[in-house]
Amino acid sequence: MSTTDNSTPLVKPALSRKDFVSNQEPRWCPGCGDYSILAQVQKVMPDFGIPREKIVFVSGIGCSSRFPYYMNTYGFHTIHGRAPTIATGIKVSRPDLTVWMATGDGDSLAIGGNHLIHILRRNVGIKIILFNNRIYGLTKGQYSPTSELGKKTKSTPGGSLDHPFSTLSVVIGAEGTFVARSIDTELQHLQAMLKRAGDHKGTALLEVYQNCPVFNDDAFVYITEKTNKADRVLYLEHGKPLVFGKDKNKGIRIGKNFTPEVVEVGEGPGQVPLSEIAVHDETVENPSYAFMLSRMEWPEFPVPIGVLRNVIRPAYEELVAAQKERMVATRGQGNVDKLLRSGETWVIEPEN
Amino acid sequence: MEQQTTQPSSPPPIQVVESVVIRFCGDSGDGMQLTGTEFTRASALALNDLATLPDFPAEIRAPAGTLFGVSGYQINFGSQDIYTPGDQPDVLVAMNPAAFKVNLPDLVPGGILIVNTGAFTAKNLELAGYPHNPLDEESLGQRYRLVKIDISKLTALALEDSGLGTKDAGRCKNFWALGLMFWMYQRETERELRSIQEKFAKKPELADANIRAFKAGYSYGENTEMFGQTFHVRPAKIAPGLYRNVTGNSATALGVVCAGQLANLPVFFGGYPITPASDILHELSNYLNYNVTTFQAEDEIAGVGSAIGASYSGSLGVTATSGPGISLKQEAIGLAVMLELPLVIINVQRGGPSTGLPTKTEQADLLQALYGRHGECPVPVLAAMTPSDCFHTVIEAARIATKYMTPVFMLSDGYLANGSEPWRVPEMSSLPKFPAAFRTDPDGYMVYGRDPETLARAWVRPGTPGLEHRIGGIEKHQQTGNISYDADNHHQMVKTRAAKVAGIAREAGELITCGPPEGDLLVVGWGSTYGAITQAVHTMQKEGRKVSSVHLRWLNPLNPRLGPYLKGFKRILVPEMNNGQLVRILRSEFLVDAEGLNKIQGKPFKVSELCHAIAERAPKVQN
Repeated sequence: MSTTDNSTPLVKPALSRKDFVSNQEPRWCPGCGDYSILAQVQKVMPDFGIPREKIVFVSGIGCSSRFPYYMNTYGFHTIHGRAPTIATGIKVSRPDLTVWMATGDGDSLAIGGNHLIHILRRNVGIKIILFNNRIYGLTKGQYSPTSELGKKTKSTPGGSLDHPFSTLSVVIGAEGTFVARSIDTELQHLQAMLKRAGDHKGTALLEVYQNCPVFNDDAFVYITEKTNKADRVLYLEHGKPLVFGKDKNKGIRIGKNFTPEVVEVGEGPGQVPLSEIAVHDETVENPSYAFMLSRMEWPEFPVPIGVLRNVIRPAYEELVAAQKERMVATRGQGNVDKLLRSGETWVIEPEN
Repeated sequence: MEQQTTQPSSPPPIQVVESVVIRFCGDSGDGMQLTGTEFTRASALALNDLATLPDFPAEIRAPAGTLFGVSGYQINFGSQDIYTPGDQPDVLVAMNPAAFKVNLPDLVPGGILIVNTGAFTAKNLELAGYPHNPLDEESLGQRYRLVKIDISKLTALALEDSGLGTKDAGRCKNFWALGLMFWMYQRETERELRSIQEKFAKKPELADANIRAFKAGYSYGENTEMFGQTFHVRPAKIAPGLYRNVTGNSATALGVVCAGQLANLPVFFGGYPITPASDILHELSNYLNYNVTTFQAEDEIAGVGSAIGASYSGSLGVTATSGPGISLKQEAIGLAVMLELPLVIINVQRGGPSTGLPTKTEQADLLQALYGRHGECPVPVLAAMTPSDCFHTVIEAARIATKYMTPVFMLSDGYLANGSEPWRVPEMSSLPKFPAAFRTDPDGYMVYGRDPETLARAWVRPGTPGLEHRIGGIEKHQQTGNISYDADNHHQMVKTRAAKVAGIAREAGELITCGPPEGDLLVVGWGSTYGAITQAVHTMQKEGRKVSSVHLRWLNPLNPRLGPYLKGFKRILVPEMNNGQLVRILRSEFLVDAEGLNKIQGKPFKVSELCHAIAERAPKVQN
């Protein structure tokens, strides 16, 4: 917190993490990745400099959707899958509010899949944190739309037959303007991504790989384990080449038909010079590049983490407000008495 | 046609009639709806009281000439109070064999039957399923005043040198028919010619053609002296004031705009296109400069969800749909009940279940509105009685929603939505304001603290410092609003939500009745049956039968005066366009032997049907 003159406080003291902690005790299972996400959100919130009363957290149903109860802001825990609809109503009617949405892979990719693609398409100014634990937690362990093929769960004792969604492929397919991914255990990275999402105009979607210790423990251990991480995670940085590995000696070259390939970077035989490695540009208008990144999955590829796409398109609430202003400008502020008397009217005179 | 006097005068003589029912019918591509609305306007300007009923197929362009592609528009206009579009047409204008076949059975015996013979081609006869031309049957001319005109050919002749192709010229025949009707009922043509010009301003060649067709039809009547007479319907005795014609959907949209102004709130309308409610969305989308926002959502659920989000943020959230849409919205409506947020839900009912009869009317969603959600989930329910009453009903719904912090249902139906009537336009200053109150004081704020009288919780807009709070669909503590699974708390909250809605009964006001408070028979109705019931009860009272009616605007809670009122009658009859829904409520609430009269044909009751039912139950009493 910045130093303030105690005798004459001219400006409101800056908020701290604690100001965003509500009086409700979180009820997630011990060790749940949600705790980390909550902590990072509370930590970055003061950085935006937005007063608490101007912030609304909206959620659907599921473990992650308990999130608003723990934020000392305005909070709205809605119904399964429908958070984007309610968030849209809030943001469009009150563009002055900062609206965040907490949701999970079941909430937003199964029952709420329709609303998710439409909020992205419209580019409503909502910051969505999508907790992806690849399982249904609150209903106690059924497979989700992001569960891997063949996954054995309570509802799939013989293994899941459902081809999974890549969350970010869906999001990019719906032309999301800000698309990013982080991991619950990567605290610094997660904070950085939350800040980027918070600063975006239009819909920002941040997928967070989140561990469910009870029903899907270690689902992401293949990329989070220290020994493997460097070789299996591709940290995206705008303007930097797509290289990874402990020694940064592996890279992504884009071949024919936008097909990426993993190559060894270097000047030696069988190696590919750095100049041929793709350079990350999150601002490419055409979503094909970001979509290609979203298809990359271990073991064929390292898993991209960071901002995949960040483009500028007018936010829906701005367009709505502008259209309204135009109508007021051309027709004037509506006079209801005139409206009621518009069209064909006739007068019946009182009889004398 | 009720004949009053015959006034012989220099040609053509004018016969004065009290009221007339005309039905225009043709293929759905024949422009019958336009013909009907144009004639309606002219009748309104002639100061007749009137009511209309459009009847069109669900298909936008059903295959031409088929029976299911028939479109009709009926208007009843008169010099007395008109309550319904009329049971049976006195005049039938049939533009093709299919329309002839579908509509002829409704024409009153001896009625005027105008037929476009030009459309009675071999192909059209086959499409309508006629082995030979029904116009050749001699008995037809004996049963009706048959007027055979080749409107197709006469229109083509009128447009011979217009430069229009045969196809476009053929499309003008509805204006030819309209012109003829204008002559028959001696309507003012100046205004109509202007209207055609305005309507086709972008295609002056079509405006010109339609005007020619219209004039040709008018002249045809004049020159051929078709019946040797024309008809006159005198102006009705109507309360003085400024009038316009209004459909139920239009009145609803206007009511929503006014409700926002009276509540001093921005209006947010979230909806999804559905017949027959879409016009409300269309119309409101033109009123953005009235502090209205409209949002065409991705589905019905998003429509109501966005409206709830807007209400939460301090707008008047409104959604409109029909039965299938309500089914989808019910979970979200339950959320609004739990959150105790204002919300206006408009259901323009249509024939169900499932897709049912999308363009036809029904009253079968009453129980859905009352009980269609999971859990103990009471919602106030209001129903509009006439097209123009939709205006006042939706305003009342908004007033209750904001005063009591609750979703409110406003029931309309396809018949009200598309039907129209003259409406004495109110002054905004004459409508009571109900400015919404938002809490801003953080001191002692309890999220579910309540007003002791209304039991409403406080409305807090996000953005208000010091009142940050969390709400949601999980049961809450009766004061703090924090999540509570406590057994007694849930019991208490269910009881409180019920008591809040039950308490709204204090708003119900006087009963809407017709006739004395006792007698042999009481007819209890709700919604769009008001016109037919009132007309029938008037007619039967004149016959000396001890029958009265009461019409319910409030379906939940019921008007507290209703119970005692029912006791004044020997029998109770409940006509409904469903399989018996209000009748169940009355039987269970009041333990009375109420009897249902049900019509589930996608069509409103005829006055004669109700008269018949009343006559069976209430004997004529000799004075």
